[in-house]
Amino acid sequence: MFTSIQFLIEQAEKLQQPLHEIVIQFEISSSGRTRESLTADMTRRLDTMRSSVEKGLAGPVHTLSSLSKGNAYKYYSAINHSHNALTGPWLSRAIARAMAVGEVNAGMGCIVATPTAGAAGILPAVLLSLQEARGFSDSQLVDALFTAGGIGIVIVNRANISGAAGGCQAETGSAAAMAAAAAVELLGGTPQQSAHAVALALSNQLGLVCDPVAGLVEVPCILRNAGAVSQCFTAVDLAMAGVESLIPADEVIDAMERIGGRMDERFRETAQGGLAATPTGRALAQAFWKQARGENTNDL
Amino acid sequence: MENTRGLSIFDIIGPIMVGPSSSHTAGAVRLGLVARSIFGKQPDFAVIELHGSFAETGRGHGTDRALVAGLLGMEPSDEQIPSSFQLAREAGLKYIFKNVDLGESQHPNTVHFLLSSGDHKMEIAGSSVGGGMIAITRLDGFPVNLTAEFETLLIIGDDRPGTINAITARLYEEHINVAFFNVSRDQRGGQAIMIIETDDPIPVELMEYFTSFNWVHAVRRIPRLKE
Repeated sequence: MFTSIQFLIEQAEKLQQPLHEIVIQFEISSSGRTRESLTADMTRRLDTMRSSVEKGLAGPVHTLSSLSKGNAYKYYSAINHSHNALTGPWLSRAIARAMAVGEVNAGMGCIVATPTAGAAGILPAVLLSLQEARGFSDSQLVDALFTAGGIGIVIVNRANISGAAGGCQAETGSAAAMAAAAAVELLGGTPQQSAHAVALALSNQLGLVCDPVAGLVEVPCILRNAGAVSQCFTAVDLAMAGVESLIPADEVIDAMERIGGRMDERFRETAQGGLAATPTGRALAQAFWKQARGENTNDL
Repeated sequence: MENTRGLSIFDIIGPIMVGPSSSHTAGAVRLGLVARSIFGKQPDFAVIELHGSFAETGRGHGTDRALVAGLLGMEPSDEQIPSSFQLAREAGLKYIFKNVDLGESQHPNTVHFLLSSGDHKMEIAGSSVGGGMIAITRLDGFPVNLTAEFETLLIIGDDRPGTINAITARLYEEHINVAFFNVSRDQRGGQAIMIIETDDPIPVELMEYFTSFNWVHAVRRIPRLKE
């Protein structure tokens, strides 16, 4: 059913319903579950998102590799202390939240994979920051998560969401697009404006490769979540101002799929290209593996 | 453009899981968990052989802790997964990890468990095939395909005529709908493994009934994986 954003928009316009309502109705009919049970499940996800953000900002997070150095806490402390982040109070705090979830994920903490574990910081960061900035209720955020999920289903059906198949554009790009549609809806934009936000957010991340140092979900993944949040905010502000993407969202998703399909294997999560293949990336990987092998003794 | 794959919204907004990787962490927990269900209880001792990417990058993704956590009965969202080594000590589970090369035909994220508890021993191999999904591929030398995406009934018994009918007739009586049915046979030993995936859970009384057949050696119920 959800094979096109255009279809979602048309349904919403025809039925005079918000996007999340179209998605919820679809899920009710495909799963046979009640609205209450779906909402309860989604609320549990929102709760987990919030606790992952809080955990990541409470203090420096230690990851298995120690490649990450508690940057979320460092950045959050700095912007709270100076109050003059160039990105402004809301985007800067959203960036901190995205990094927080990324670090909690790398430190074997509990997160919600949205749409993947590596891109898990973006949706919580955008939605919880909008709640802080504009006072949206938890139940509005839960609705917004259904909208985001509906966009994600279209992306999976037309392209994909895994770095191994489509590069980082498929992970953090998809997450930013999903979050952008949800944010526009929360801010009172039309379904059509949500579609433009999807197209703009994804357009600005086309071609992004998946190049994790040592193959770990840390460098550059955690900071790519921060970058994707910035792209999301930009797309949302543009769409809310009435700026339109000349290329429709579905065609942008199709372009992403074609780019991913032609992407060399080195740029698809294999740690053989991009930042992973730089002299410093390789040296960090070597140091990590040396340490890991040293610890690979057993507990008998 | 592909048609819809029957995805749920919760496949996209979810799962709730302990990081950092759906394949190397969440999938690894599930492999341990399903191996424990197949074994029938918590093993006292586990030799855990890691192949391919599990061997090469597993440690950085907590694959080792995740596999042990699964053997202890944890789910992918359990926040105690990072402490599984300590918890294993307390629960009386000893384990040893080995890096092995199971050949190029094996999925890169493959684990081979040798589990034991007293005289009870089992060999179970499986792979984490992406997005946290898994497949158990070998069981005591038998090739199998068990994904735990359904409620699963596993029956190990003598390979002789009429056994399939004895099982399915009773399932029919109980109105349990079979989604998939697979039999794998060891020609030499004359043993057969039946993997029966059903839409509904198998009641305990039915498990006891199947266990009472004189040709049945073991009956196991593997719950459908959640999240």
